[in-house]
Amino acid sequence: MTSNTAVISVRDLVVGFGETPVLDHATLDVFEGEILGFVGGSGAGKSVLMRTIIGLLPKRNGSIEVFGTDLAAVTDDERRAIERRWGVLFQQGALFSSLTALQNVQFPIREYLKLSPRLIEEIALAKLEMVGLNADVRGKFPSELSGGMVKRVALARALALDPDIVFLDEPTSGLDPIGAAEFDELIRTLQRTLGLSVFMVTHDLDSLHTVCDRIAVLSEGRIIAAGPIGTMLASEHPWLKSYFRGKRGRLVHH
Amino acid sequence: MTAAGLGAQGTSASLVATFDGKGVGLVATGAWIAERAAELEKIVDDAAARYQTARSIDIDLARLDRLDTFGAWLIERLNRAFVARGAATRIIGLSDSDRGLMDEVRLVNRTAGRDTAAANQILVALDAIGRAVAEIGASLALLAHLLGALTMAVLGTIAHPARLRLTSLVHHLERVGWRAVPIVALSTFLIGAIIAQQGIFHFRTFGAEVYVVDMVGILVLREVGVLIVCVMVAGRSGSAYTAELGSMKMREEIDALRTMGFDPVEVLVLPRIVALVVAVPLLTFIGSMAALYGAGLVCWLYGGMTPDIFLARLREAIWLPTFAVGMIKAPFMALVIGLVACVEGFEVDGSAASLGLKTTSSVVKSIFLVIVLDGFFAMFFAAIGM
Repeated sequence: MTSNTAVISVRDLVVGFGETPVLDHATLDVFEGEILGFVGGSGAGKSVLMRTIIGLLPKRNGSIEVFGTDLAAVTDDERRAIERRWGVLFQQGALFSSLTALQNVQFPIREYLKLSPRLIEEIALAKLEMVGLNADVRGKFPSELSGGMVKRVALARALALDPDIVFLDEPTSGLDPIGAAEFDELIRTLQRTLGLSVFMVTHDLDSLHTVCDRIAVLSEGRIIAAGPIGTMLASEHPWLKSYFRGKRGRLVHH
Repeated sequence: MTAAGLGAQGTSASLVATFDGKGVGLVATGAWIAERAAELEKIVDDAAARYQTARSIDIDLARLDRLDTFGAWLIERLNRAFVARGAATRIIGLSDSDRGLMDEVRLVNRTAGRDTAAANQILVALDAIGRAVAEIGASLALLAHLLGALTMAVLGTIAHPARLRLTSLVHHLERVGWRAVPIVALSTFLIGAIIAQQGIFHFRTFGAEVYVVDMVGILVLREVGVLIVCVMVAGRSGSAYTAELGSMKMREEIDALRTMGFDPVEVLVLPRIVALVVAVPLLTFIGSMAALYGAGLVCWLYGGMTPDIFLARLREAIWLPTFAVGMIKAPFMALVIGLVACVEGFEVDGSAASLGLKTTSSVVKSIFLVIVLDGFFAMFFAAIGM
């Protein structure tokens, strides 16, 4: 599915809080139909880049294009049309705690599309089943769900409107290895069936090895490398070496 | 299937029917996507109704431009409608990219976890009343429980004074006491002024203006001063306590304290409630004085009574117990506000809604209990002749 059309292209992005810039002329492309794994040290600004692309943080300089449209130059309506075409899975799920699992998934459908209640319910239930949850969770509130279930419901909500791009912020953090592997598999399956482009912030070396088509590495505010896992493993850059070929990296690889 | 480029809304979508001798062929065309789901649902339901008698149906997807979950589900729904009537259906012309999606959709919504029968309204009402009563009982039990735990913590602190968290206590004293002074003084000043103005206005008609001083003095010192202060403190500090403890509960901070061997009552509740018990009498004093000052000012400017006369009259109207009645009540009311606020805070569960709910109920309950307690004090003081 991977093509050479960039659905997201970030150019020379500068983002900062106070004096020091967190992102210093970062440049990155996400291509259509790929799963891009985005790695970097803790506090390197991975989430900052993601939040800047989806418009939660202001940028100081540079440009962000999504679907070929510069986000700085759009009207509110155009922006909403773009936002409707991406889904975001936040690190903690960010489910609305006063709504049930089913209502959480229904929420974006209800707000964006004028559909009959029956169809909204059927689609939301279908999404819950597609992320591997059975009908029992529909009436449960987020506080009654386990961590893995929260992530799955949040993924179902992110996919509610059949977006073209999904942003995942550390989707497997806090899951046990089996749950994490299942979640990776789920992301891969959904990416194929729905034709998604996936931007995945992650620390999970397993995810990087098994599901990511390409990996981009953020260090000191810049993207220092981008390419398939083979390129990362072959690189002689000291940070990449210690990240991918350090003790934990070797354990995963062999 | 996906198309890059802004506003790729797709062309129109439709379902074209063809008949041959044996069965119906339905050809789906255009973009079967979320934006068109409303019209597509109508088309699908119409088709299901129109071809009720068909025994054999082919659904041809070869001419689809785009398909997403919404469209795929509607096609599956149509398919199931025919299958349920015993018709033979085939889905043909499926492109490779859409096959995975159709396969996925074929599996969903199979289990009918449908709604249960509507409940009996009378039983629902009775159930709600029963639950409410049980809840009141449970919350009184919790109040008693926390009061007991607090007493133990106080005794423990008296036995080992080094365990008192002085920094925390001073911090809370500043928040609920010192920082509340301006707003408490201003509100009570205005209340005193308003009572005096109303009194003068109505007493003037039968020439009893001078008794306004008696009314204001007794009313402010015995009741209004302490009540206004308690209402302000419940709204200002009680709610803050509940929200703080509630969000600490949500983030498991309280569990963390407990596992480290600390008693949450001693660490969190004791400094907060002690701060309130110290601050509320002080605020009551300040508030009462501000109210008397406001009343004196109005008597002078509006009622033409000089400050000398006001003070002389006040001295005759009140005696020490009048002042003491208000002050004695203050720490007890502070205790009630603090206990209710902390109990409600510990009652918060995982959701943001419950935090809001408990904060509201903390303020409402503590103001209500303060008024009830005031009633008991009125009876008590009347009985002992104060």
